[in-house]
Amino acid sequence: MNENQKIVALVTRIADEFNEQLEFKINVERGRDAPLFGRDGVLDSLGLVSFVVAVEQAIESELGITLTLADEKAMSQKHSPFRTVGALADYVENLMKEVEAT
Amino acid sequence: MDKPITLITGTRKGIGKFLAEHYVKQEHLVVGCSRSEIDWSLEGYEHYVADVSDEAAVKRLFAEVRKKYGVLDHLINNAGIASMNHCLLTPLATVHKVLDTNVVGTFLFCREAAKLMQKKHYGRIVNFSSAAVPMKLEGEAIYAASKAAVVLLTQVLARELAEFGITVNVVGPTPLETDLTRSVPKEKMARLLSQQAIARLANFEDVANAIDFFLKRESNFVTGQCIYLGGV
Repeated sequence: MNENQKIVALVTRIADEFNEQLEFKINVERGRDAPLFGRDGVLDSLGLVSFVVAVEQAIESELGITLTLADEKAMSQKHSPFRTVGALADYVENLMKEVEAT
Repeated sequence: MDKPITLITGTRKGIGKFLAEHYVKQEHLVVGCSRSEIDWSLEGYEHYVADVSDEAAVKRLFAEVRKKYGVLDHLINNAGIASMNHCLLTPLATVHKVLDTNVVGTFLFCREAAKLMQKKHYGRIVNFSSAAVPMKLEGEAIYAASKAAVVLLTQVLARELAEFGITVNVVGPTPLETDLTRSVPKEKMARLLSQQAIARLANFEDVANAIDFFLKRESNFVTGQCIYLGGV
């Protein structure tokens, strides 16, 4: 499993956990294309906040890397990195590379 | 029942140290921080060295708290610095330092604490403003501005965090017998105190009493409020 697949698995697992509470479920069967937020996404803005925090915390405990996902870049990107599981995983992977480079 | 976890910033001395002791006495597990090491220790108290405006250091501290306790019940944002100077004699570096500690530090701790608190859908955050805000004290432009910012920050966060079961309130002490006020000339202090409804210096217990109220479980319908002491 490469780094990106690992992160996709981590994000998907968190989506599974969230689905236990959600009325409208995140369609995790779509894998990387599972919508999270925005068009077709099932998370409202409050749900997204909790989701992003859960991903941050999982990365910290499991991969030992401290990231702030909601940084300025994320908020200003034309295509939100929070739109799908895959987009979020790519975004996390990039941030991790930046952290490792510094 | 598990002991509540209480995080207090700026615990090396003064009111922060007093609050650490106060909440250890009330059977809280208290975690504190300051920019430098402390020369005291207490059972039930754990210290970290962190500058509250250093994002990486703050995130490390919260990572430790999360690893160790998993949750956080209370945050008391006590760390603060003052600058008493005429605006014409205030260097820009001082402006940045005061805003970094008082505003940026308070924000960072609120943000990271809320991330931990939302998991349990419960939390109490108490920030520190100052009577210098309503009294509009001359010679404290930047300090008072930073503390005014804390009030508004608190009121907005109260709305943003309400849905997570987190209350955010402020206490605004009048001058206390601390390092911050010791350098104020006697006549000036007398003049300041005369503007209060109750004209005396505040003591640490006065501040702790207001915080106790905000931290109570029963205070779950009290948020975005600022209590100024002394009837300012």
